[in-house]
Amino acid sequence: MAKEIYTKYKMAKYLRKEALPTALCPGCGGGTVLNAFANAIDQLKIDPKDLVVVSGIGCSAWIASPYFLADTLHTTHGRAIAFATGVKVGLPDKKVVVISGDGDLAGIGGNHLIHAARRNIDITVILVNNFIYGMTGGQVAPTTPFGAKTTTTPYRNIEHPLNIAEVVAEAGASYVARWTTAHVYQLIESIKKALTVKGFSLVEVISQCPVQFGRRNKMKEPAEMLRWFLKNSIPISKAKKMSPEELEGKFVIGEFVNRQRPEFTEELNKLIDEVAEHFGLGDE
Amino acid sequence: MRYPFPVGKSDFIQGDEAIARAAILAGCRFYAGYPITPASEIFEAMALYMPLVDGVSIQMEDELASIAAIIGASWVGAKAMTATSGPGFSLMMENLGYAIMTETPIVVVDVQRSGPSTGQPTLAAQGDVMQAIWGTHGDHSLIVLTPATVQEAFDMTIRAFNLAEKYRTPVILLTDAEVGHMRERVNIPNPEDIELVYRKLPANEEEAKYPFGDIHGDLIPPMPIFGKGYRTYVTGLTHDEKGRPKTVDAEIHHKLIERIVNKIEKNKKDIIDYETFELDDAEVAIVSYGIVARSAIRAVKMLRGEGIKAGLLKLNVVWPFDFEMIEKIAEQVHAIYVPEMNLGQLYHLVKEGANGKARVELIPKIGGEVHTPQEIVKAVKRCEKCI
Repeated sequence: MAKEIYTKYKMAKYLRKEALPTALCPGCGGGTVLNAFANAIDQLKIDPKDLVVVSGIGCSAWIASPYFLADTLHTTHGRAIAFATGVKVGLPDKKVVVISGDGDLAGIGGNHLIHAARRNIDITVILVNNFIYGMTGGQVAPTTPFGAKTTTTPYRNIEHPLNIAEVVAEAGASYVARWTTAHVYQLIESIKKALTVKGFSLVEVISQCPVQFGRRNKMKEPAEMLRWFLKNSIPISKAKKMSPEELEGKFVIGEFVNRQRPEFTEELNKLIDEVAEHFGLGDE
Repeated sequence: MRYPFPVGKSDFIQGDEAIARAAILAGCRFYAGYPITPASEIFEAMALYMPLVDGVSIQMEDELASIAAIIGASWVGAKAMTATSGPGFSLMMENLGYAIMTETPIVVVDVQRSGPSTGQPTLAAQGDVMQAIWGTHGDHSLIVLTPATVQEAFDMTIRAFNLAEKYRTPVILLTDAEVGHMRERVNIPNPEDIELVYRKLPANEEEAKYPFGDIHGDLIPPMPIFGKGYRTYVTGLTHDEKGRPKTVDAEIHHKLIERIVNKIEKNKKDIIDYETFELDDAEVAIVSYGIVARSAIRAVKMLRGEGIKAGLLKLNVVWPFDFEMIEKIAEQVHAIYVPEMNLGQLYHLVKEGANGKARVELIPKIGGEVHTPQEIVKAVKRCEKCI
């Protein structure tokens, strides 16, 4: 049965078949993100051999590793972007993509996210934001909505969530967008743009974790969570006209920035040429 | 290839500077760092030299990122290095384990300062010995080199890269603020006279399928680096020969870790490096490493002058450790003294090696100053009298 699905699924050629079926829970948004990413790669006709995927630790990291069939660096918790920096500098002509979760990239690894955006290094980050630490059993994340219940905030969450897309845009990224798993076509288009733009790009994907988040917050069914996303999604153009109070509990979706800024590896190579010219040792 | 510093002649430079120059001559073309006393001079030299040799030196946001970046760079084929001191070294421990588990050749320099915590940032210590060997969690092995002079800092940096490439492993150059900041005359050889080792790459697509398989029977798999179309899978999870995660299979875990440990242990003879001084007829031995070994040589001479047949074993590599050699020495001498700039670290390894066949005495010193030869002599004489 499973085998049949994989032969019928057009994107299966991008996956490590021996790793399937995925370890993702039924109803998880991770599969949607994997599907969107594979479609973006397919539509852009990127040869997976020209792609390096890097991930950290957690459920969302599994989207890249082991499932996506490319050179893959499955790293330590929070550090994926730092590893990817070394990869990108060494392989400036390849696409380097980090796929990981909110806890991994914006929690423990938040510093690397901000500084990679500031450097504007040409790495694409697909950040799957499911508001929770899923793999470890549903603990509060820096993205968990105010008031939500988790295993480490069993009464209610008294902290406010980080607005990842805004922070990364502010830090200097070339491209930032946010969608939900209920906006698959827009998501694919944004991933394509992120892969094409020069500089740091972030696509934040609000994703459902019915098992660890929904179950404890009156949304046991994946569909309930998707309806919650749709009902509360506000296009960024509309959000600009709304007050912070009106935006409380809403998901602002769309493109936050799409701009040209000097890119890190290009600047680095420019510097090397410049230094060679002025202080050059020349060929012997 | 020309270099931004004199080669084929000697120069009067700091230890930190020597490490940077040696790294470049060893083929290092990727450096990532974060400022920290007393290792910053290595970074500054790399920032200055790297663009001139078509290399890269970047400042990361912290030491976690520095070691992560060099591991990433190593997987695209670069010889890569970072340098730090105690506080930064502590931050690197998790990713050091990642480099061990993924068999990534990197060089990490720890210019030791006095700890714990912020401690004495400008003063030397040897307090990171056990951390260098055992600091990262889980069963593992790696290589730790301990230079005593600026020349050795230079030579051992080149050796660190060669060992890292040969054994596909992280290598720690464990030096200290004294060696790092001291200026001495260093012979910098002609680049063509420097023997360089490069990691084994897969000979074909078939070999590339086993990034973690002992396909040549030498315990060291060829490294299918990124960007060549191999679609290599690298993970810090327990993995099989193809790199696929296998996290609940005891046999696979055992096989992987045993190989990672054995590729160092079974090649001990090739890796271990030491020097002896007046040890052949010695009745008491001093076992020393790093900066303290310089005082120990002088102490041996002074003790001999006073009729005590002392000898020195100077370790240039503190891991892997030659327990058998220590036992042999213990059979010859009646006491072994271990002067260290800590409260006893290598001492425990020496004691284990001696296996009860000789008395093993620690000569500890902390606070930032190197033992004087007189202090070592005094400590030896005090103990020799008490038996």
